[in-house]
Amino acid sequence: MQAKTFIRMSGLGGQGVVTAAHILGSAAVRSGLLSTVNPFFGAEKRLAPAESYVRISSQTIHERGEVLFPDIIMIFHPHVITLGKSYTMPFFDGLQKQGKIIINAPEPLPLNESERAQLAALNARLYYISATRLALEIAGTELSSNIAMLGALIAVTDLVSQQALEEALAERFGGTKKFVASGTTAALDDVLKSKFTKLAQLMDKNIALIEQAKSSIQEHVI
Amino acid sequence: MITQKIVDPDYLFFQSERSKMFITGSEAVSEAIKRANVDMAIAYPITPQSESMHLVGDLYAEGYLKDYFRGENEFSVMSAVAGAAMGGVRVFTATGGPGTMRAFEMFPTWAGARLPVVCAFFTRGVNSPLTIQPDTIEMAYMLDTGIMIFHAENAQDLYDMLLKAFVIAEQPEVHIPVGVFADGFFVTHTRDEVSTAPADLKLPAYDPYSSPVPVMDMNNVPLRQMRDPFVMKSNFISYAAHASWQQEVAAAAQRARRYIDHYLGGLVESENPGADIMIVASGTAVSQGRAAIIAAAGEGIDVGLLKIKCLRPFPTEEIKALTRHCKAIIVPEFNRIGWLAREIKAVVEDNSKVVDGPRVFGGMTMPTEMILESIRRCSA
Repeated sequence: MQAKTFIRMSGLGGQGVVTAAHILGSAAVRSGLLSTVNPFFGAEKRLAPAESYVRISSQTIHERGEVLFPDIIMIFHPHVITLGKSYTMPFFDGLQKQGKIIINAPEPLPLNESERAQLAALNARLYYISATRLALEIAGTELSSNIAMLGALIAVTDLVSQQALEEALAERFGGTKKFVASGTTAALDDVLKSKFTKLAQLMDKNIALIEQAKSSIQEHVI
Repeated sequence: MITQKIVDPDYLFFQSERSKMFITGSEAVSEAIKRANVDMAIAYPITPQSESMHLVGDLYAEGYLKDYFRGENEFSVMSAVAGAAMGGVRVFTATGGPGTMRAFEMFPTWAGARLPVVCAFFTRGVNSPLTIQPDTIEMAYMLDTGIMIFHAENAQDLYDMLLKAFVIAEQPEVHIPVGVFADGFFVTHTRDEVSTAPADLKLPAYDPYSSPVPVMDMNNVPLRQMRDPFVMKSNFISYAAHASWQQEVAAAAQRARRYIDHYLGGLVESENPGADIMIVASGTAVSQGRAAIIAAAGEGIDVGLLKIKCLRPFPTEEIKALTRHCKAIIVPEFNRIGWLAREIKAVVEDNSKVVDGPRVFGGMTMPTEMILESIRRCSA
């Protein structure tokens, strides 16, 4: 793994962008790495732009706030790109050379010539995964789209192990501790838990989802 | 109520075993208050502060606090906090941005009444059009309210400064409020590793008779506070009393220096202090400065850092001494007006070497590259 990896997750309110970042950061810390995680959003409402940033490093991380120069960009919804629901335009602004982009979309999005040329110049690698469909099929709720995105991430990077990811997932949803990342994330945690009859089922289905996401992610040649 | 062991502040801060937690700044507030032996907390929500007082409410539900309620608005909360402090309890609240503005009347009132209130301020833009994003402009307005001002760089600072603020504020020779400021989102919502003392330890209780002014009790009933103010007299004595009282509040902040030195390790902290180019900053801008210093070192440029932890009292002599030798002082800030650059220009011997900026505002993140650009210009 390179010394520092900066990840920008862009999505829409309610998709679990903030929670995905929390789980990934916890998994990194469990793996003995250092991490900082922070979200950015406006008024908290469904479908409004929401972003979160994960920094993972073996050394002290000083930078704060938005990740302006990401190594990895995860797009949780096509509208981030097609409707510009993002804090940065175009969606890959600031992407570093050999950067990776993972997009949740049922089929590749139409990128224009200039966008293709810019991505090609960066030697960027573009991946698609139908994370929402997989979440509905396997976990039975689109609230698990974020877990499918994390499964896709570990398929194309070696940032954290699947085991660390599962442990972080169990910590977030398994214990009695409530996490209050924001008023709405706390409420959504309760909604998610109510979708599963037992906690073990929440864990099992989301682990199966991670497995399926790992094998479903596809590289799109730019 | 939850039972915790009371320990000496020095033991809690410097000797007790520490464990690492991967938590947000808001959660760090809760961890500090859990160990602070706070009697009462009063809340009113505002982004980016809401989560912190929500979590303090959870502490009340768990039995760590004796009382907790939600006020009608920020002005009401800050007034109720004043009442609680006059009543002799250790009290905590938090606000930020427009909430700070709405409550403003109370801050000089707290200081004038010598109330050792500890309040966390999580900065946010205050202008219209409405924003919830971080911007430190409200700190400019707070500088001369008479309260002491600490500025946390990250969640670790926030945890440490909050706990220490109670001990510093409650010294009989100090006994004025402390505002512990942290940048909204960049600190409140950022998850990071924080070292904390064991949760079964707490600070000694507040002794209301440590107050240097008459304590409200059965012998000195609340009515006297309203019956006897100088405003009722409006004569030479009343003017003289007001003038000397303002000086006394300012002097109390100066007397806090030795406690700030002891507990916070100084009003400032420096890194590579001999460098020709110095970054002088407070809050999140310090972290961005640290990243820029590492990047500059990669280009062979030597840059030092002066982190201001305490803005009131202002570390005038420390800043003078640590910048006397350097050729340029870069002041990165998260506000439009550059209040910190103004403060620094007012105290350094040659203020032509103060670089006014770089600055971002309205919620923007300051890229490391932006500070690096200033460094390059200064070294050219």
